Amino acid sequence: MSGATPMLEIRDLHASVEGREILRGIDLVVRAGEVHAIMGPNGSGKSTLAQVLAGHPAYTVTAGSVRYEGQDLLEMDPEERARAGVFLAFQYPVAIRGITNAYFLRSALNAVRKHRGLPELDPLEFMDLLADKLKAIDSDDSLMSRPVNDGFSGGEKKRNEILQMAVLEPKLAVLDETDSGLDIDALRTVAGAVDKLRRPDNATIVVTHYQRILNYITPDHVHVLSGGRIVLSGGKELALELEARGYDWVRAEAAV
Amino acid sequence: MTSIEAQVLQPYKYGFVTDIESEVVPAGLNEDIIRLISAKKREPAFMLEWRLKAYRHWITLTEPTWANVKHAPIDYQAIVYYAAPKQAKSLDSLEQVDPKLLETFEKLGIPLAEQKRLAGVAVDAVFDSVSVATTFKETLAQQGIIFCSFSEAVREHPELVERYLGSVVPYTDNYFAALNSAVFSDGSFAYIPKGVRCPLELSTYFRINAAASGQFERTLIVAEEGSYVSYLEGCSAPIRDANQLHAAVVELVALDDAQIKYSTVQNWYPGDEEGRGGIYNFVTKRGKCAGRNSKISWTQVETGSAITWKYPGCILQGDNSIGEFYSVAVTNHRQQADTGTKMIHIGKNTRSTIVSKGISAGHGQNTYRGQVKILKGATGARNYSQCDSMLIGDQCGAHTFPYIDVRNSTAIMEHEASTSKIGEDQIFYCRQRGLAAEDATSMIVNGFCKEVFRELPMEFAVEAQRLLGISLEGSVG
Repeated sequence: MSGATPMLEIRDLHASVEGREILRGIDLVVRAGEVHAIMGPNGSGKSTLAQVLAGHPAYTVTAGSVRYEGQDLLEMDPEERARAGVFLAFQYPVAIRGITNAYFLRSALNAVRKHRGLPELDPLEFMDLLADKLKAIDSDDSLMSRPVNDGFSGGEKKRNEILQMAVLEPKLAVLDETDSGLDIDALRTVAGAVDKLRRPDNATIVVTHYQRILNYITPDHVHVLSGGRIVLSGGKELALELEARGYDWVRAEAAV
Repeated sequence: MTSIEAQVLQPYKYGFVTDIESEVVPAGLNEDIIRLISAKKREPAFMLEWRLKAYRHWITLTEPTWANVKHAPIDYQAIVYYAAPKQAKSLDSLEQVDPKLLETFEKLGIPLAEQKRLAGVAVDAVFDSVSVATTFKETLAQQGIIFCSFSEAVREHPELVERYLGSVVPYTDNYFAALNSAVFSDGSFAYIPKGVRCPLELSTYFRINAAASGQFERTLIVAEEGSYVSYLEGCSAPIRDANQLHAAVVELVALDDAQIKYSTVQNWYPGDEEGRGGIYNFVTKRGKCAGRNSKISWTQVETGSAITWKYPGCILQGDNSIGEFYSVAVTNHRQQADTGTKMIHIGKNTRSTIVSKGISAGHGQNTYRGQVKILKGATGARNYSQCDSMLIGDQCGAHTFPYIDVRNSTAIMEHEASTSKIGEDQIFYCRQRGLAAEDATSMIVNGFCKEVFRELPMEFAVEAQRLLGISLEGSVG
């Protein structure tokens, strides 16, 4: 299938925040059915890449291009990207007081469905759909009647992100350090759910500092980001090597 | 700032002018004007006397300046104190009401014609200085409930008016209350007899139409022992370049075991983006829990007015009585609001709850000012206050002035306050899930106001949420 148009094609992407250049020429091609891990030391630009793909207004793209399903992704508003199937699981999910998770998620789903030409769901239809989705990822509805991320524990927030992902069925999911702050049991639950959502027609980019999440979500490709560039790419074994040897040797090699 | 504050203003939707011939008195205020107003309304002597006393007191007062608002001096001699649409002398049925007036209220979403009336809501429609029509009067009368315009009450039920008028807000209360007492033109009157639970929501819709006129209405609600009533007021005004004064007085009296729920959705014209025009809303609202176990709740959603100066309060005189105040106040563009409540605990085991949500956007300035007073005899009194402010953008302001005066050591006081900023991150999170920026803002703001909205009667909660969306459209991008 390598001849088909890739789902995501990033070419020489440069981006800055508050005038500081963070991404300095990223090249990355992601095809349907693939899982890519983006690894790298703190400050290498991993989260910036995730935010830029989702269209966070604080980041400015200064050069390069990003094509998503043949469209110019950088021309699209954040909500247009979301409706077209780009999903970002936030490293720090944001709380919204007074709005239940169920209401929030139904509003989001209906915005996406409307865009896709599907009828909007009323609360009862939504609860039915939700029950199916929760079952598929072995979750329950205990978070649904609580206000969005308000007073959630770190684990609950991350679980909630994946739950939203299950309901919204993105084509391209970007997980921004979804493993950070999770204990080993929570990690297993959350990462296990992500793995269950893998399909031949969707793709996932896992942004992470540590290898351990990749024990649950096996990547097809692993990339190491350093100084705003991908300095090394390989298969899943690269992640294990990084875990064992740290990032310094990559930086040293990249500098050569 | 970046995309926050970037969108354009949604124009005020109720800004149209009704082209109708009005009968107005000359501008300015003196005893002759007051006599003229009183004569036009064919009032009994006690009423005129009371007005004149109020006027004589008012001229000894000076306008208060302690509120955290700024405006050019008001020329009280330039205001027209009485304006009424010309119509048949007495209105026995809706057929005699000028169709233009019916049309106006229909446009505002308040159909008065029998077949179109809002189910479950009795409406008194006030246009400039007079009440145009009151619906469901007969239905209510069957249970002994009186719901009519204030003018009619003065003529038909003078004994009730004389007994309760000024009993909660005396004309000496403050500058604007004194002015209102001297010149008030109309408003609503409701009386719920002993043991009756009012089967309908009672509602008054106030419309200012005439230019250069002020609106000075007065509402009086009396709930006899064991009765219950839920009352809602709404209001709007045309877009005009000059500021218009609205100085109303509302008095509520709840006797033993009675309950009054008073809700306001205030949508006076707020002025334009530069702060030109708009209503000065200087209002005195107070309820007296005169009886044991009585309860008065104020719920207000304030989205309009150039300047709001208003502190709906409760005097908790009866033992075990309860006062509540739930408020959402929005200031966008150049709007200024100085609003809050007063809870005066006199009786034993009296309880009060204050939940105030202030939202500031644009150059809006929002001040919460609240007083909780526990008097010596108020053993076991409790107060819970929560004041939350939300800022949208970085040009607006939120201020909180709580005054607490406790003279009984058994009192329990709780006060919580928070200020939050609607952030780019919050909006971005919603957009990343597929919601448009405006829907995201309205969702976040509605969530912030939820504790207040759930206190509103069902029909109006929806209206309030919609209104909030409109007044904030354009404040976040």
